[in-house]
Amino acid sequence: MAEKVNDYKLIDGISVVVNSDCPTCQLTSDLLVELGNSGRVTIFSQDNPAFPTSAEWVCDDSDLSFSWHNDIEAVPTLIRVVDGKEIERSTGWNRKEWERLFEVKNLAPDLVDHKPGCGSLSVSPDRVDELEIKFGGRKFVSRQVEIASLEDEIEAMFDRGWSDGLPVVPPTEARVSRMLAGTSRNSDDIIALIPPNLAECSVEKVAINAVMAGCLPEYLPVVITCLEAICTDEFNMHGVLATTMSVGPIFVVSGPITERLNMNSGINALGHGNRANSTIGRAVQLVLRNIGGGEPGGIDRATLGHMGKQGFCFAEAPSPWENLAEGFGFSSEQNTVTAFTGEGPHILVDQKSRSPESLTRSLAEGLKSTISPRMVMAMDAMLVVSPEHLSRFIDAGWSRAQFIEKLSELLIIDSDGIIEGAGGIEDGVPSVFAGNKLPKFRPGGLLVVHAGGPAGLFSAIIGGWLNGAKGSDPVTKEIIL
Amino acid sequence: MNQTLSVLDPTSENHSLEIQLSDRIKNIEGSTIGLLDISKPRGDVFLNQLEKRLTAHGATVLRFMKPTFTKPAPVDLRYEISSKCDAVIEALAD
Repeated sequence: MAEKVNDYKLIDGISVVVNSDCPTCQLTSDLLVELGNSGRVTIFSQDNPAFPTSAEWVCDDSDLSFSWHNDIEAVPTLIRVVDGKEIERSTGWNRKEWERLFEVKNLAPDLVDHKPGCGSLSVSPDRVDELEIKFGGRKFVSRQVEIASLEDEIEAMFDRGWSDGLPVVPPTEARVSRMLAGTSRNSDDIIALIPPNLAECSVEKVAINAVMAGCLPEYLPVVITCLEAICTDEFNMHGVLATTMSVGPIFVVSGPITERLNMNSGINALGHGNRANSTIGRAVQLVLRNIGGGEPGGIDRATLGHMGKQGFCFAEAPSPWENLAEGFGFSSEQNTVTAFTGEGPHILVDQKSRSPESLTRSLAEGLKSTISPRMVMAMDAMLVVSPEHLSRFIDAGWSRAQFIEKLSELLIIDSDGIIEGAGGIEDGVPSVFAGNKLPKFRPGGLLVVHAGGPAGLFSAIIGGWLNGAKGSDPVTKEIIL
Repeated sequence: MNQTLSVLDPTSENHSLEIQLSDRIKNIEGSTIGLLDISKPRGDVFLNQLEKRLTAHGATVLRFMKPTFTKPAPVDLRYEISSKCDAVIEALAD
């Protein structure tokens, strides 16, 4: 009778790991029975303890403990063991190899000379995570929450208050284990204190929420970096959450990683439809909600909010201009996240400007109304320049810095038109500023990014929130893979 | 045949105990009451009115101001208020 293998230790002599579904194992089954009956082999059978036959030298490895602990990648695998130590191994059927290992001549002369084997069940993609948890010693710190058999698992996530309003993926141990493979960091590393509750957040907790958001493991380093960027004094995520203004964190990913993750910087870059763009920002928001306790109607007091608060992340498109991160002192080869506090995007149409000067004037007109036409310097803005608009400047040889300089010159506003009471409007800059020329944005307060589809003479403005020490400053961080 | 599913808790697992309110003051007369301006426009208008009425009821009024309404009050300011006052009123809105 086949015995359950509880001991995965190697047995002296020759062991062979087999699977009854494998054609090569089937091909060699008569030979294996012959070798087994003559006491030359111990068989470990992955799926059927009666294959190749029922005998005391056939061991049941259906829990795959022997296969997993001995790194079996293919079946059949022959392992020669002396004094409890592996001397050598061979995979598949190869007459010469088998003859050498068994020290027997003329093995199964009717069979073909060689035939490669099949993948081992212990490395099968649908089993490997579960085995990693079972045997690999992956220990989770987070508590287990049992979903009762009569509960719908998706509804259970809603019922426990873990959702942002859309369905989330249940974070099972196997899924979280797979997610954690996406980062080189230790799962118990604390990456940030998450506002508003300033709760410690481990890599494991980020991974759980990233699973729920629908992320792939390779997105995890980006999610972690987004959190590191916003949980800083400069970014002031607590204030961004608590403000009644309709803003949230927006993430621009720059560098070669954007292509590797298939992020969207092209058509509909600021919209939906791309897994990485959609789920990275969402994972950050789930962490803020589930770890930090920042829920709408709780600490999040936004009067109106905007849909980007579901998660707003996009990739910067490559261009002849320096990218956003280079503007903050990084290189174009570095993978970075820039976090910016912003409202939803609105477009600026200019379909007729052919010269860079005309287009700059046009964009400046639009930017003057950012947040409020009566407000200057207090808030930053992000300008997302589309490819067709960008080509006006590239064709004329303008650099990004030149463009920002020219734009800033055009964004000097006559204060008399926007002081309190001017034009019959009570809101405005204090009357002590009368008779002045005021810049719309503080130096560095205009963040220029390139993204968008190839056709369309539109750019987009994303208005910011209070800047500087009283509000939120943009923060760029390098992504640690 | 449903099988029980087990998931990992995505929260901070810090379920704080219910917050207990401080004891209310019995009389305004003779109390020291702090008025905290959070630095929003026209907060002072509201607090000036409150100061007049509280003083008329025999309270001693102390005025405080947060550096900015966008961030939590600094620890030192919170300590100063709690050590000098019996109660505090915060002006929240514009």
